[in-house]
Amino acid sequence: MAKGNGKFSQASLPKTPTGIPGLDEITGGGLPQGRPTLICGSAGCGKTLLAMHFLVQGVLQYHEPGVFMTFEENAEELKKNFASLGFDLNGLSARKKVLLDHVFIERSEIEETGEYDLEGLFIRLGHAIDSIGAKRVVLDTIEALFSGLSSTSILRAELRRLFRWLKGKGVTAIVTGERGEGTLTRHGLEEYVADCVILLDHRVAEQISTRRLRIVKYRGTSHGTNEYPFLIDEKGVSVLPITSLRLDHSVSSERISSGISRLDAMLGGKGCYRGSSILISGTAGTGKTSLGATFAQAACRRGERCLYFAFEESRNQIIRNMRSIGLNLGPWVKKGLLHFHSVRPTTFGLEMHLALIHKEVESFKPQVVIFDPITNLLSISAENEIRSLLTRVIDYLKMKQITTLFTSLTTAAAAGLEQTNIGISSLMDTWLFLRDVEDNGERNRGLYVLKSRGMAHSNQIREFVITGKGIQLTDVYLQPGALLMGTARLQKEAQEKAAARLRREEINRRERELKLKSKTLEGQIAALQIELEAQKAEERKFQEQERQFQEMNARERMNLARMRGPV
Amino acid sequence: MKARASASSGRKEKPMASPAKRVKGTDETWNLRLYIAGQTPKSITAFANLKKICAENLAGKYKIEVVDLLENPQLAKGDQILAIPTLVRKLPPPVRKIIGDLSNTVRVLVGLDLRPES
Repeated sequence: MAKGNGKFSQASLPKTPTGIPGLDEITGGGLPQGRPTLICGSAGCGKTLLAMHFLVQGVLQYHEPGVFMTFEENAEELKKNFASLGFDLNGLSARKKVLLDHVFIERSEIEETGEYDLEGLFIRLGHAIDSIGAKRVVLDTIEALFSGLSSTSILRAELRRLFRWLKGKGVTAIVTGERGEGTLTRHGLEEYVADCVILLDHRVAEQISTRRLRIVKYRGTSHGTNEYPFLIDEKGVSVLPITSLRLDHSVSSERISSGISRLDAMLGGKGCYRGSSILISGTAGTGKTSLGATFAQAACRRGERCLYFAFEESRNQIIRNMRSIGLNLGPWVKKGLLHFHSVRPTTFGLEMHLALIHKEVESFKPQVVIFDPITNLLSISAENEIRSLLTRVIDYLKMKQITTLFTSLTTAAAAGLEQTNIGISSLMDTWLFLRDVEDNGERNRGLYVLKSRGMAHSNQIREFVITGKGIQLTDVYLQPGALLMGTARLQKEAQEKAAARLRREEINRRERELKLKSKTLEGQIAALQIELEAQKAEERKFQEQERQFQEMNARERMNLARMRGPV
Repeated sequence: MKARASASSGRKEKPMASPAKRVKGTDETWNLRLYIAGQTPKSITAFANLKKICAENLAGKYKIEVVDLLENPQLAKGDQILAIPTLVRKLPPPVRKIIGDLSNTVRVLVGLDLRPES
């Protein structure tokens, strides 16, 4: 869809919402009001279901009663078939909200003997519409008439009249038609129903089926032109117009912890942004799942809801395995904060996966979603398709401000090139890379942040150690030309410890020596001080004697003078 | 033509071999119902043709009921009526339907199982 979702000018054409998730979005509001719409497709592609969904939702959501005129299954069969989808046709019929009318023609008991028309059908339909005040009508599938009646020229003329008549009645109608060879419908219904034609398709590629829906034409309005995957499940039909998402989601600056404080420190000290997409890639056995599980546990500890899509292991297996590294996920599952969705990628097609992801997210409303691992989807689809799937998933989750963590398995050859198989790195905000470092007869794990948008992040390689108490990141030792990890690191640590001890002893010894030296000096200073004091005392004594001598002299001189008398 | 006309015209002669042979049991009445929607030319033709055929082949043993769906639209459902006009042979069983204005007498007779196809 080129321009926005659901923002079509309302003046263009009045529309009747179908109530089918997604379909209203791509049709820009629904089917053309008061006009017939043709839904065509091959057998088993979901035409009847889509039509019935339209009718039932019309009653439930928009209070518009509807007539379902079936030419194939009888009313009882329909009721039974749709009871499994939760459509209570019995109840709706009893309340006169839905009227099921089975039109049955058995060619063998009919003889054609001249001119006729289909006024009987008109009257019948008209009566059904009037009796419950229907606003919606389904004719499923009117082409059955062609096998019941031999005069196609009369039928064609009458069908043309029927569609005009339906327009005159002002009901929004769905007419279904079986797909023909080279034409949309076997009998060219598209010639008569010219307003809106929707094509359903059920394709099988590599043994995996995908349902798709496309609006072939829709007069007087713009509409999504892509093929949209759609899904039939226990709740009916849902169409996934995810490609229509735009890149204008709001962003959060809130940071959330990865569950490993050292890792948070590497990511600008605070962890990842809420609503960002995180990719953990690495070769086999580098601890991607463990990291993902740690992330999940951190989310649950914050009281957030975490949805875990496991494409490789069952829920119980993950829980058991994580217990071995000290992560107990079981209680979170019991509390309803953690939900595992384990499914083999090959179970169904990519679009179905997408649809399931959608549905699970809509129903569980998580704050954190984990996909482990996305590369497994490669087994069912080509790379570019996965890229488009992931684009849609990421856009969708970002729009909902859900933090997403993907794990991705890289092959050993690609590991060196820091490539992800799917080339999705540009979609990711934070990319953590786990790699094996094989050296010194052992394998160790290293982790580094390849990129992390919008934050200052560490450029250091940390050793990633999985212990019985969870994941720890430690510093690695760098030696010229090599990283030291694992036992080499431990050895280095031991060496450093020993060196430190030696150093400490050396320092102590030197300290003692110096102390001794200064004590000696202090002793010497004290002795000198005493000597100085003695000397000073001597000096004072000498000065005193000198002063007394001078005084005596002066006195003597005065006595002498006094004796001589005045001069 | 009346809306729900029951026309039993009686001409009890005509002991012709072939039609009489097909009617098993002398007192069995043929119950025929003609569905129309208003007095359209096709309906009128059909009714006229029907009366003629019955008179010729089922003298005295038939009952024609005409149902106008414009007046009784709910009746269309019961006999699975789509085409107008439709003639329904209610009795004798099995139910058979003949659509069109009944202008092709041979086909009507085949349809009513009054004459073996040949």
